[in-house]
Order: sequence, then structure tokens, then C-alpha cells
Amino acid sequence: MSTETYPDDLRYNPEHDWARIEGGEAALGITWFAQDQLGELVHYEPPEEGASVKTGESYGEVESVKAVSDLIAPLSGEVIAVNQKVVDEPETVNDDPYGEGWLIRIRLTDPSEADSLLDVAAYRNVLAE
Amino acid sequence: MSYLSLTETDREAMLATIGVEAVEELFAEIPEGVRFRRALALEPALSEPEIVDHLTELAARNAHTGSELSFLGAGIYDHYVPAVVDAVLSRGELLTAYTPYQPEMSQGVLQAIFEYQTAICELTAMDVSNASGYDGTTVAADACYIAKYATGRSRVVICETVNPQVRQVVKTYAPGFGLEVAEVGHRGGTTDPDELRHAAENGACVIFQQPNFFGCLEPAPDLAAAANDAGALPIAHVDPVSLGMLEAPGNYGCALAIGEGQGAGNYQAFGGPHYGFLAAKEAFTRRMPGRIIGETTDVDGQRGYVLTLQTREQLIRREKATSNITTNQTLLALGGLVHLAWLGPQGLRELGETCLALGEYAKARLTAAGVELLFPEQATFKEFAVRVGRPAKEAIRAARAEGIHPGYALGRDYEGLDDALLVAVTERRTPAEINRLAGLLASAKKL
Amino acid sequence: MKLIFEKSQPGRRAGSFARHDLPVPEVPATLRRRQPPRLPEVAEPELVRHFTELASRTFGIDTGFYPLGSCTMKHNPRVNERVANLPGFRDLHPLQEEDGAQGALELEWRLQEILTEICGLHACSLQPAAGSQGELTGLMLMRAYFADRGEERDTVVTADTAHGTNPASVTMAGYKLQKVGTDARGNLDIDDLRAKVDERTAGLMLTNPSTLGLFDEGIEEVAGIFHEAGALLYYDGANLNAVCGISRPGDMGFDIVHINLHKTFSQPHGGGGPGGGPIVVRDTLEPFLPVPAVVRDGERFRLDYDRPKSIGKVRAFTGPFGVFVRSYAFIRAYGPALKAMSEVAVLNANYLLARLKDAYELPFDRLCMHEFVLSARRLKREHGVTALDVAKRLMDYGFHPPTIYFPLIVPEALMIEPTETESKETLDAFVDALLAIAREADESPELLKDAPRKRPVRRLDEVKAVKRAVVRYRFEEHPDLSQEPSEARMLEVQKGA
Repeated sequence: MSTETYPDDLRYNPEHDWARIEGGEAALGITWFAQDQLGELVHYEPPEEGASVKTGESYGEVESVKAVSDLIAPLSGEVIAVNQKVVDEPETVNDDPYGEGWLIRIRLTDPSEADSLLDVAAYRNVLAE
Repeated sequence: MSYLSLTETDREAMLATIGVEAVEELFAEIPEGVRFRRALALEPALSEPEIVDHLTELAARNAHTGSELSFLGAGIYDHYVPAVVDAVLSRGELLTAYTPYQPEMSQGVLQAIFEYQTAICELTAMDVSNASGYDGTTVAADACYIAKYATGRSRVVICETVNPQVRQVVKTYAPGFGLEVAEVGHRGGTTDPDELRHAAENGACVIFQQPNFFGCLEPAPDLAAAANDAGALPIAHVDPVSLGMLEAPGNYGCALAIGEGQGAGNYQAFGGPHYGFLAAKEAFTRRMPGRIIGETTDVDGQRGYVLTLQTREQLIRREKATSNITTNQTLLALGGLVHLAWLGPQGLRELGETCLALGEYAKARLTAAGVELLFPEQATFKEFAVRVGRPAKEAIRAARAEGIHPGYALGRDYEGLDDALLVAVTERRTPAEINRLAGLLASAKKL
Repeated sequence: MKLIFEKSQPGRRAGSFARHDLPVPEVPATLRRRQPPRLPEVAEPELVRHFTELASRTFGIDTGFYPLGSCTMKHNPRVNERVANLPGFRDLHPLQEEDGAQGALELEWRLQEILTEICGLHACSLQPAAGSQGELTGLMLMRAYFADRGEERDTVVTADTAHGTNPASVTMAGYKLQKVGTDARGNLDIDDLRAKVDERTAGLMLTNPSTLGLFDEGIEEVAGIFHEAGALLYYDGANLNAVCGISRPGDMGFDIVHINLHKTFSQPHGGGGPGGGPIVVRDTLEPFLPVPAVVRDGERFRLDYDRPKSIGKVRAFTGPFGVFVRSYAFIRAYGPALKAMSEVAVLNANYLLARLKDAYELPFDRLCMHEFVLSARRLKREHGVTALDVAKRLMDYGFHPPTIYFPLIVPEALMIEPTETESKETLDAFVDALLAIAREADESPELLKDAPRKRPVRRLDEVKAVKRAVVRYRFEEHPDLSQEPSEARMLEVQKGA
């Protein structure tokens, strides 16, 4: 299990999803807080490659032994990769939520959406509430 | 009479502890406008002996299979229920337990369901069984819901030879599930695989029944192959009593096996409560509706059992659950387990052989008496259809006047079969009883 | 203990049949079973001992107090078993001609009349097999009712305190879910509600008293909001045991009700089922009820299939008949004094509440109805002891735990429902145990953490059960889970209701 961190270089939504924006693409995942709340993950239901995801809508599901959580897209785009390692070993997310435990990569359809996401300070405020 | 335990002294002490003068004060928060001001208009209370007398009188106005020689089947059968089933099911601990939410309190019932799941998987050659569904009709609707989400398709194909009530229940559930239902007709009593393959294009699943509603043996492996060819999940609706003789659905390519459990371990009881079973290949585990029991260990490493994979269920997944089922039919499924253990593999085989032998004897005697088989070319199990040469309802009325119920009137569900009877012959029937039926139908024909 | 499959010996058997010396026809080769199912091979003595041991490892209401909230675990009168097993009921085929089933049909008709009177509504179908199927049936009725009126409505409202079955049923019926909050007194939040009800709303599903054990004081206003919007009200009858003869769902404004016969009317629950979920409706919804309807024509009773607007069938035949026999017998034992049943259920609950509310937190400080919800939040904060720990410790005192972690809006919830059949001595002993446990949480919390000690197994590893997913015995290939590390990982999720 990992220790509590929230990297400075990521953007967040209040539903505890993160985005790492790299040019016209982004990797998406869930935060340390989200995986801690869920407990050890046992299943990841990813979208199909080529599917489109829309900001604020569910693009998949992660499941622990006791809870299920929708994955809420922080940004809109087209799915260009699904992390097969997490499909095979969902607990990867618990071990490394921001690295090996990324969930999908998307090609952004509206990069300006990033402006409305939370930076790390704002996300920490959400957690503090 | 009363099932209450408080004395007048108890009540007064309790009201004092609560700090109220009278019971009525406990209801002070119910708005005046919705309080019920009169007495319930129910008949006066009865003492226990009066209850027994009253219900005995009602029961006496029913012609049951102990008072009338019965060849009625059509989904519910007069199979023998062993005494040991009654003995186990009347154990108060098992009878009066709730759902085993707290496993340390409920290891017995949890292990029993685990054993039931194993028995169902063995019967059907499947990997996972739930802890039971309501009956043989609702498990078909459950199976369609699995198929919808597993395939992403929304068309269900059901053979016309499937029990009409199963088809009706699927059709009732379908609009809410966002499913459309298509039926495939039969050719001389069974389903044509090529016709089914065509109908199954773009289908989520195909449901067929083995043996089918007419008692005929479907070309089940070919029907499963036809469904698989079309990318639809093959779902077999099977009779547990037949599975010592007939191949298990999991061994001929089916994705799911479902059925009515009544024939294994339950009385007819005017239609219930009984249990429906639902078993699947491993790939569908996460889509299963209802309770599933899993094995684990306690802190000392000792083996134990728990409700498991619960994130599928309504209590956690709520509006996204695989089903809303909560109450199931555990006690009836336990009856099934005890009956199957009482039989063992050899007993199950002999039960099937006896049904087959008596059925064949009955077909021979009835045709000798001048009754025509509806589907003479077909092999059957436990049940077969005949034409009686006059409206079946009349034949039933005449036979019942002689103390025999000759079978089910197929015209109730199938056009053009008003003169057809579905005759069930379980191991409970004897050659002498079959001779009585043959004699009666023969003499009736002469009238 | 061993599984029945592990006790199997080749060649052993219990049952046998008369074979009549008849030839057995060949099953066509392509359809014949090749490998027999590996059912247990045991003789009857072993069979009886096996299941007797399983019974002894199970706790029922016959064993002791079972205050599982929202499950109404009351005594199951034995006369009900006697009458349900009369051959005229037990051995009656469901397709028997009507003139050969008059007693059964009359019993069903009488039960329909009784349930209709208790609910203050107009028509009843006994067909649904359980409460959750009753819910689904009720939602199907809504759908058919609005389709018949040519209205398009796609949303159903539920409370945030609702049983999980409510939202699950909403989805299965093809409706969208709209959740409404709870106000500071534990009633439905009227302002939140007003904002969420419009011309797209098909109806409300509500339990009243709620899963908090509180009667909704605004129920008349709630009903008015929905009826003004042309929507319907559905009553989840899980808590009907509180209000029989005291307040009727129809009079509260509900249009459709389901009743849990295994809760209110004492059908034994058999370790998870059977149950029964009859639905009772206002006259405007009667045309849509499932077929067949059981009707009376003069002195005769018959099945009416001629209901062109019916939703169809939700279960085979007329429903779980054996359940009806038991519930009918139960109600006939009370007659109009059914009101006393509910009064005592409420009295017992309030007595427990009065004695417990200082040791545990009471999130809504009101009189309760037939059940109430406490929170172990303070124990958790001060001693690190959870609702789960309290539940496990109660087992060592000989009690079945209450429902825990439900309703979801109360942290560390303990939902307690004593029912009307318990004696004051039992209630006092239960209170003493819970008070002792609260002291133990302070003085020796390890007693709670290590509990239970007196059951056939100790705390089980529920995480292992999910991850390994061993859901059937696999004979030679069966894994030995005792060889893998085991922890007391029990999930703090809803257990009960």
C-alpha cells in the first residue's frame, strides 16, 4: 500500500479523479484518497479503446471487496489506451495510484477544459471539507 | 389467542421507563389525519384448535394428489419427497433463521448453501450457482438480464416449446430491462436448429428447454451450437430430475443453466414456495444475481463460509446492481440438496430410468387404447402429449368424475391443440394406475 | 466440519424406488449423460447427522433473540407449519381444475381481502415471490398505468435512507433514479423533494416508518406533492409491523403497497427465503395487476385471466401458496387485535431505546416506532471500537446482532428491531449485554476486537473469500485455503435489512 500523496503536476476533480496532461493527451486515474476509501481493488471495468469519454460522466468502474465506484472523467476525449496491467492486477492502483496505476489515456477533444479542473491546493481543500 | 409475551405488570414497568402513561402516546408523532380510528374489519380471533379446524375444512375442498390419481405435470410434478427432507426442513434453527448476514451465527446454513451450489454445478456442469432464485420462471428473466449486459444486445429469443409461464414472465420483465422478445416455433414438437440460428442473429441469448414443455427431447447440443454461432448466449432450462440421464448443459456449450427445482425436494403446494436455480460458466460470475456463498478461513485458519461477491448486489451497488433480489428460496433449495444427497448419483439415474420406463409404458398402453400421440416421432422424458379426439377440457372433466386427473389441456397455451393433453408420468405412478388411465381414455373415446 | 461431499463413499446410498421390471428405453446417444454428476453418496444415518450438525451451527429465532433491524424476526407459530402441511394444501397441483381447488382459492381470496383492509386500499395480487419482487411489480404497474394514460414519465424518487432494493428495482423497471435527502428530524426533506418532483416523475418509493424507525411527520404533504404532479406513491411494506390497525398506507396517500409476508405475518425465513411480496393497490391500478386474479363469483372462487391491461405474470401460478397458508393462519389468530401486535412491537422498541440511548448515540432523538437506529460513533472515536465489533461481541452474550451499517446516512449504525413476541426478561438481558459491551469498549476493548469467541468459527476473512472466489467444492482440485494466510478482514458494510 502507498502513502498519502497528491502530486503537484496533476489536475483533479472533486470526485477524486486525476489527470496528467501531456500535450494533446492525458492519462487519467484515481487519487490516493479514492483508493484508500475503497480499500483493496479487485476489479477494473475499463472503457473500450476508441470510445469517447465526456467530462463529468462515468467512463468505467473500479470495485473493491466492499464498494463500487464510478470513474468520473475529468476531461473529454477519445480513449487511446487502457492500462491492461490494472485490468489484470487491480491492486496496482492501491500500490501506485499515480504511476503504474493509471487507468486510461485519452486524446483531448477540448484542452481548455483543463482550466476548470482543481490544482493540488484546491483539491486538498476539497479533502479538508 | 396471542403470540405476545408481556404481562400487564411488564407493560406498566416499561411505559414508566419510557416516561409515558399509555401505549397510545407512543404514536403521538403520527399525524392526526392519517391515524386509523376504527377497528380493523377482520373476522374474530381464532384459538389454535379453531385455526386447525378452519384450515382443515378449506384443505378438504382441494383434490390433491393423494385423493385423486394425477397425471398433471406441465412444470410441477408429483415426485416423492423423502422423509429426511421433512425432518431437516423442520429443524427450528434452519427454518427460523434469517439471511446469513453474520457468518459466525450462521455457519450451518452457509455451508448448506455452499453444498447446494456445488450440487447444482455438478448437475448442470457449470462453475457457479447462486443461492437460488424464486422459481423456474423468474430465473429465466434473471438470465436475460445477464445476457443483456454480457453481450450488449437487447433481443431475447425463446423457443415456443419453453414452458408458457416462463415465456410470460420473461415478456413481463422485458420492457423494464429494455429487451424485446422473439419466439421460435416448433417443428413436430421440437425446435429446428437452423431456424433457431437464423432467429438468434443479433440476439443476446437463446432460451430453450430440455426436455421441452411437451416432454420431447430437443436436439439440445445443436440448439446450443446454433446460438453460439449467432453470438447469442445459449441458456438451457432443464429439469433437475432428468440430469442423471440427460447430458448436462455445461457439457454441450451452454453459457447458463436454469430451471425449476420443485421436482427435487419440494412438494407441489399449489405452486410454491419452490426454488429456481441459476448456474453459469465462470465468465459470468460477476453478473450473477442474488446471494452467493464462498469459502474462506477464520483468524485461526479454520474453514468457514460467508456471503461473498456482494458488490454485485443491491445493498452495495444499489441502482446499478445485477438484480434487486434479496429474499430467495434458501429453505426450498436446502430441500433440493437433501433430496439430491438422498438419491446420490445412482438414485438420480434410477429415478430418471423409472420415469423413462413408465413413460414409455404409458405411451404404449395409451396408443393401444386408441389414443394418438401428438408427436409420435419424438423421444420423451417424464411427459408426453396425446390427442384425445375431443376437447381436452371435456376429457378432463369426464376423467375427474372417475377420480383421475388425466393431464394438462395444451389448448390453454397452444393454438390448434384443443384436443391435446399433456400427460406426466413420474416415479410415483404405477403400471396399474397407467392401465386405469388407458382404460378410461379408451372407453371415453368410444362414447 | 466436513462437507457432505467429503463424506461420500462410492456405492453408499439412501433412497430407492420400485422399478416395476419394465424395459428402460435408450436415450439418443447425443443427448445421453456421459459422466454422472458427483452427488454425495451417503446412507441415511450420515445424512441425518450431517444436517443436524449444520442445524446446530445455525442460529434461528427458535434459538434466541434476533433483533435484526428491518427484518422483523418474530416468533413463527408452529400451528402454521401444521396447517401448511395438510395434504389438501401441500399435495395440491397448481394446475388443478378450479372446482378441485376451491379451498385453496378461497384461502387466497380471503387473504387478499384481509391485506386490502390492513392497507386501506382496494385490490390485491398475491403473486410476487418476495418484497423486492413486489417492488418491481409495483413499478411495472406504474409504467403500465402511465402508458395507458399516454403520459411519458421516466423518473422515480427514493429516499437516501431507502433499502438498496428500491434503487435496484427502479433500474430494473427501466426508470431513472432521483434521490431525496432526510431532514434534521429524520423526515423526508420536503424542500429537496419539491425541487425534484415534476411532470417527468412517475412516483415515490418510501418506507414509512422509515428505516430509521421514524414515522414521517410530513407524509400528508409528501403525498400531496406527488399527487398534484400526477405521480403515484409506492409504499415499501418492510416496516408494516409498526402500523397494523394504527395507520394505513392507503390513508397516508399511498397508491401501491407491497407486504413482506415473511416479516409482518410470520412466514419463517428459512435462512434467506421463502418470502412473499403481495401487492395491494388503489382501484385505479387494479386493471394492471398480474394475471391470474383470484376472484369470487357468488359462492365460487375462480382464476380470472381476462385482464387485457394486465402487466402479465411476474411468477408462476398464483404465488408462493404455502406462505399464504401460514400468513393467513397467523392473521386469523389475532383477528382485529392485530393492532395489539403493532402496539407491542412499538412498545418493546421504545423500551429498548429508553434504556440504551445514554450509552450509545441516538442520531434522531424522537420516539421510535417498531425499530430504532443507534450509532456507535462515540465508541469508535473514543475507543476505536466499531459497530462491527459491538455486533460480534453480542454473539458472545448469546444474541444475534442487530442490523449494522444501515441505513447508510447514520455512521456506525446499529439498527435494532425487537418485535412484539419477546418477553421483558429477554429485552432486559439484551440491554444489559449492550450496556456491558459499552463498558468493555472503555475498559478492555480487545474483548470486542477478539469477539466472537463462543461460535463455531471466529472472525472470517471476507477479503480472502472475494479474492479467491471459491464458490463450489471442486473435489480433487479443491484448494486448501487454510494453507494461505488468514486475517480477520470483515467488511464494514451493511449486514441485515
